[in-house]
Amino acid sequence: MKEEILTTQDLHLYYGDKEALKGINLNFDEKGITALIGPSGCGKSTYLRTLNRMNDLIPNVTITGTIKFKGDDLYAPSADTVQIRKEIGMVFQQPNPFPFSIYDNVIYGLRIAGEKDKEKLDAVVEKSLRQAAVWDEVKDHLHESALALSGGQQQRVCIARVLAVSPEIILLDEPTSALDPVSSSQIEATLLNLRHDYTIIIVTHNLQQASRIADRTAFFMNGELIEVDQTKNIFMNPANKQTEDYISGRFG
Amino acid sequence: MNSKTQNKIAIGGLYGIAGLVVLILLALLGYILVSGVPQLSWHFLTAPGKAFLKGGGVGIQLYNSFYLLILAMLISFPIALGAAIYLYEYAKDNWVTTTIRTAIEILSSLPSVVVGLFGFLFFVVKLHLGFSILSGAFALTFFNLPLLTRSIEDSLRTISDVQREGGLALGLSRWETVTRVILPAAVPSILTGVILSAGRVFGEAAALIYTAGQSAPALDFTDWNPFNISSPLNPMRPAETLAVHIWKINSEGIMPDAKAISSGSSAVLVIAILLFNFAARYLGKRLYKRLTSA
Repeated sequence: MKEEILTTQDLHLYYGDKEALKGINLNFDEKGITALIGPSGCGKSTYLRTLNRMNDLIPNVTITGTIKFKGDDLYAPSADTVQIRKEIGMVFQQPNPFPFSIYDNVIYGLRIAGEKDKEKLDAVVEKSLRQAAVWDEVKDHLHESALALSGGQQQRVCIARVLAVSPEIILLDEPTSALDPVSSSQIEATLLNLRHDYTIIIVTHNLQQASRIADRTAFFMNGELIEVDQTKNIFMNPANKQTEDYISGRFG
Repeated sequence: MNSKTQNKIAIGGLYGIAGLVVLILLALLGYILVSGVPQLSWHFLTAPGKAFLKGGGVGIQLYNSFYLLILAMLISFPIALGAAIYLYEYAKDNWVTTTIRTAIEILSSLPSVVVGLFGFLFFVVKLHLGFSILSGAFALTFFNLPLLTRSIEDSLRTISDVQREGGLALGLSRWETVTRVILPAAVPSILTGVILSAGRVFGEAAALIYTAGQSAPALDFTDWNPFNISSPLNPMRPAETLAVHIWKINSEGIMPDAKAISSGSSAVLVIAILLFNFAARYLGKRLYKRLTSA
C-alpha cells in the first residue's frame, strides 16, 4: 500500500453560523490524481481550500477537525502557512498570471525565496514549462508579458509557476472551467503527465473530465463526503444511490 | 408624451449641459492662454522678479514651485503609500479603519486656507520653522495626504483578488505578495494618481501663503550648499511659489507690468498642470502596456 500523504479527519467548516463542511474524512495517497465532484455549493471547493489554508483569508471562517500533511497538523498553532503553501500549491479557476513576463511568472516563487543563479533559474523555467506542456508554445517569447497569452496557455503557465517551487501536492480548483475545449484537453494531458510525480487533487464540474483523468474520485453533496473510490467504480458501479443519481445526470 | 420623445428631450438636455461645461472650461482656458502666452519668453521664465520696475520674470517662483512640489511629494508619498497599503491590504473592517477612513475624508475636504493657517500656527510659529520651504512642504503634505492615500487605495483596489490568491498560493507571505506582486501591478495607476495630485499641489496657493511665505529672495544658482541662505536647495528660506505670486501681484502688485506678469504666470501654471495631466496619461498607458503586453 502506498503512503498517505494527506489526511483529513472529521473536518467541519463554518462560514459564520452556516456549516459548509459536515465532518469530512478523506485521505490521499502519494502521487496520482483525485477528482472531487459534486453539485454547486456542495463544499468541494471549500474543502480544497482548507488543504492549503486559503480559507484563512476569508473572515468569519471556523474550522474544526484535523488535517495532516505527512503527519504534521496543518492547523497547529506553530504551522507556517507560507511553508505549507510552498509544499501544497494551488491553481485557480481563473488563470491568474502576474502582469509580468512569462519567465518572471515562472521563477517568481524561487526568486523571492532568494535564488539568484541565472543558470539554475533558466533550467527551472524550462523544466517547469516543459512539465506543464507549454514550453514549445512560449519558448521563443519567454520575456514577453504572460497576459498576452491565450487563456489555456496562461493556465499552463500558472501550473508551471506552481511546479517551479517544487510542491508535493497540487490543488486545482476547476482549472478548465474558464477555458475552451481544446485548451481544456491540453490541461488534462498536462495533468496526466504530472500524475506520476505529484499528488494532484482537482475540483471539477465536468464529470467526463473526472472519468478521463482521475485515479480516484470523491463525490460531495451538501457539505458531506458521500462516496470515494477508484474512478472506475464511482462511474460504473457506485455504491451509493445519490452518487448514481448524480453520475447519471438525474440532478446537479 | 411618449417615451421616445422623452428620451430625445433627455438626451438633448444632457448634451446641452455637457456642452455648457466644455464651453465654460474652454472659455476659461482660452482666456488665460490668449492673455498669458504672449507674455512668455525665456527671459520671463528665468529672470528674477522686480518689485517696482517693468520686465521682471518668474524664474525663482517657478523654481520654488517645483522644489516645494518635490519636497512635499517626498514627504507625503511614503506616508500615503503606507497608509493605503495598511488600509486596503491589511486592515480589517472595524471601527478603527472606519474612523481612519472618515478622518481621511474630512481632511480631504478641509479648505486649503484652513490647512495654511494651521500650518502657520503649528510649523511656522510653534515649531519655529519660520516662513520656509519646509513649513510649506509640511502644509502641502497635510493638503495632499488624504487625496494621495485615497488614490493609491483605489489603485490597489483595481488589482484583482485572484492576483493576491496567486501570490499567497505560491508560498509568498502577505508582505511579499503586496510588495512583489500587487504593487508592481499597480504602479501605472499609482503613478497616474501621483502626477495628478502633483498638479493639484503645484497650483495650490492658500495653504502656502502663511507657510512658505510671500517673498522670493534672490537665489544664487551656482551655490548648491543647502545650508547657505541664497542656495536654491536651502529648505529654510522663504519661498514664494508661482500660484502665490499670482495671488500676490493681483492683490498688491506695484510693478507697472503687474497685469502682464500675472497673465503670464497664470499661463505658465495652467500649461504646467496640463503637462502634468498629459504626462500622467501617457506614462500610465505606456507603463501599463509595457507590463501587460508583448
